[in-house]
Amino acid sequence: MNAMPKFQFAEQRALAPVAVLKPKRVVHPRSSRFADPCFRVGMAGCSVSLLVIVGLILLELLTHSQMSVHRFGWQFFVGTNWNPVSGEFGALPFIYGTLVSSLLALVIAVPLALGSALFITELCPKQLRSTVSFLLELLAAIPSVIYGLWGIFVLAPLLRQYAEPWLADHFGWTGLFDGPPFGIGMLAAGIILAIMIIPIIGSIAREVVLAVPSSQREGVLALGATRWETVRLAILRNARTGILGGVILGLGRALGETIAVTMVIGNTPQISSSLLAPGYSLASVIANEFSEATGDLYLSALFEIGLALFLITLIVNALARLLVWSVTRGMPARANV
Amino acid sequence: MTAGGIRVERLNAWFGDKQALRDISINIEGYHTTAIIGPSGCGKSTFVRCLNRMHEVNPMARATGRVFIGNTDIYENGTTPVEVRRRVGMVFQKPNPFPTMSIYDNVAAGLKLNGWERGRRLGDAVEQALRRAALWDEVKDDLKKKSGASLSGGQQQRLCIARALAVEPEVLLMDEPASALDPMATAKIEDLLFELKQSVTVVIVTHNMQQAARVAEFTGFFLMGALIEFDRTEQMFTKPRDKRTEDYVTGRFG
Amino acid sequence: MKREKGISLGRKLRNHMAMGAVIISALLVIASLITILAYLAVRGAGSLNWAFFTHLPRPIGESGSGMANAIAGSGMILLIASAIGMPVGIGSGVFLAEYGRNRFGNFLRFTADVLNGVPSIVIGITAYSLVVVTQKHFSALAGGLALAIIMVPTISRSTEEMLLMVPHSVREAALGLGIPRWRTTVSVLLPAATSGIVTGLMLGFARVAGETAPLLFTALGNQFWNWKPGHPTAALPLQIYTYALSPFDEWHRMAWAGALVLILLIVGTVAVVRLVTARSVYRVTV
Repeated sequence: MNAMPKFQFAEQRALAPVAVLKPKRVVHPRSSRFADPCFRVGMAGCSVSLLVIVGLILLELLTHSQMSVHRFGWQFFVGTNWNPVSGEFGALPFIYGTLVSSLLALVIAVPLALGSALFITELCPKQLRSTVSFLLELLAAIPSVIYGLWGIFVLAPLLRQYAEPWLADHFGWTGLFDGPPFGIGMLAAGIILAIMIIPIIGSIAREVVLAVPSSQREGVLALGATRWETVRLAILRNARTGILGGVILGLGRALGETIAVTMVIGNTPQISSSLLAPGYSLASVIANEFSEATGDLYLSALFEIGLALFLITLIVNALARLLVWSVTRGMPARANV
Repeated sequence: MTAGGIRVERLNAWFGDKQALRDISINIEGYHTTAIIGPSGCGKSTFVRCLNRMHEVNPMARATGRVFIGNTDIYENGTTPVEVRRRVGMVFQKPNPFPTMSIYDNVAAGLKLNGWERGRRLGDAVEQALRRAALWDEVKDDLKKKSGASLSGGQQQRLCIARALAVEPEVLLMDEPASALDPMATAKIEDLLFELKQSVTVVIVTHNMQQAARVAEFTGFFLMGALIEFDRTEQMFTKPRDKRTEDYVTGRFG
Repeated sequence: MKREKGISLGRKLRNHMAMGAVIISALLVIASLITILAYLAVRGAGSLNWAFFTHLPRPIGESGSGMANAIAGSGMILLIASAIGMPVGIGSGVFLAEYGRNRFGNFLRFTADVLNGVPSIVIGITAYSLVVVTQKHFSALAGGLALAIIMVPTISRSTEEMLLMVPHSVREAALGLGIPRWRTTVSVLLPAATSGIVTGLMLGFARVAGETAPLLFTALGNQFWNWKPGHPTAALPLQIYTYALSPFDEWHRMAWAGALVLILLIVGTVAVVRLVTARSVYRVTV
């Protein structure tokens, strides 16, 4: 027989209750059975409204672009002639303008954004970190009309007087800098867009870099790597997908940006290999010509451009979110930087 | 079944496909304290959470069977979990006072948010609940000034007990209420259980057998989702009927 | 043969160059921010005077021209946008946090992201065809609606994040008392998440306060006072845009002044919000 441990039992301690005092139960009113379901439906309605809105946008764009789609078909996107007067609507110049300005913006923004992100995570002294992050966030808060304003009156004159002639002199052999320096044009649009998307790419890059486990970093350092080699091998390699996602998100933003681009791109529907030449973007043509559009076909063509813009940004943003999601969701909690 | 007791008939519970409770049938004595013991993962927390239908809060969870509190089966179709929880209160392992509310508001929360009491009667109810939880003297001067989270661990737990008592439940469920507390705080809580059972049926989950012996007249031993033995505590701990109970009580496992 | 210890010169050089490039990028970015703000301050401050805030625009050549109607108009449009967008955004955030931890919720979250990425000009022309065409006139209401559409996804996301940060134990405590789900959310969870939610609201507001494109074909703009939501209304960003593209120097100066006011409003809001939440864990990414 095993020895049972010693216990001090309840009934040895307690006084046996003589008369059990059952408190008088107050009868409370029953709660409404409908409150919870009603609340849930109400909140669901708010959330579902997002779906309704996206649906409505798609519906309106499809409906109003029908006329143009029927008339031009695929030719719409390869035609180079945009002539409202004669009724010819070819959207290629706008596609070209949107793509070139956005790609130029990426070329400028990606290194700068990545550099800034790495500065914050690797080199910046801890006390300054939140300040620098905050400054990056301020850049994101500036409205596009103000970027446009600055572009017209500060950047464009600078480009016209100094930068563009210099570029034409030294790099004119590439054929990218032909034509008179207007100041406004593709180059100005690309630069403004770059400044606008740096915060987006930078903040995602920062998040993704912080999500790389420190064990990776330590492993490479232990092998005797320099600071830069550690960054290249341990961090950039692991954060590649996420950073790519951030870049694509920035691209999505650049593709859809309207006001700042409209103010500096020159609004000329032409395709030119020169970055100094004025151009036109999908968003800009809508902004400029929508209220002037006479005739249903003209309006319908603009709606078709809107539809194209909607679909392009939809695909690009979905791709970007997918990439960022796949990297950051699996990672442990991030530091507050 | 005695007045105020709980009668459980063939309770089964699942988390998704995994069965957590197997065919539990038990008669819990009213106005007494019953302890539920067993090794980790044996289903004791799940069992207790089925008694106030908190088990269902997890979307993957499911339960079948009948649980009678008084004359009502809390699982029958016409009864909502909200109604059940107003009759069966719960105190959790880690004290969880409402973070943005004062001590007064914490205790009053159940009454106020269910729209039951107001004004002076509310104040009286709060005081009574705090007295029953043996916390009144320590906080009576700071009721509305201090937040619930500013109290010590043991005081927070007594605050949670007061909050649960304020709605005057018939049953009070306690899921390892003292396991996060130091011995002195634990002793205070054990002491107040003796007064409480004058007016409330107490079911307490504990992994500490000394505690079960000190506070509970009855004990149920769970193992792997099944109820192995249920008896008066003194009986179970001195002459257990099942070998597994004996192994557990003597410390062979769990 | 002795193994050479230490790092080769080439590697050291590459390391320094890389670190230098990183520092230069950060400096360039900060420099561009400072440049923009500096120009705004310099060119804008000169044209800011009492008349700017109280007078209507006057013909070129006349002194005392102002943008008062644009500031007031923006206020009205933003009020309409907030009245629609904030409740819907908070409701959506509540749904996704409390009832949306499932596939349906994920789908709605994805939809919110899609809406977030739609160019604001597209939202503008949609609001035009939905509201302006049916009502047969431009209005502050249409403009407010367009801005509300932009606001909702941002506010939904931040509200959801803040609610999810409230520990599950608080929910359990409330449910355990027999408090119904809806009351738990309204009286326990939302108060616990209030400061974070308000931050989200302010950031959402700051974002739409500077939007121009959605207002181009909805609110349209107005040279005079207008207090009726059903009529075309002036707005600060719109006015800046129109004046900047005009050929008149005087209007250019007013555009700078307007831009300074706008930036102070927006950047001021963001700065205050960030400084106040500097110590908390709260962080909403782009």
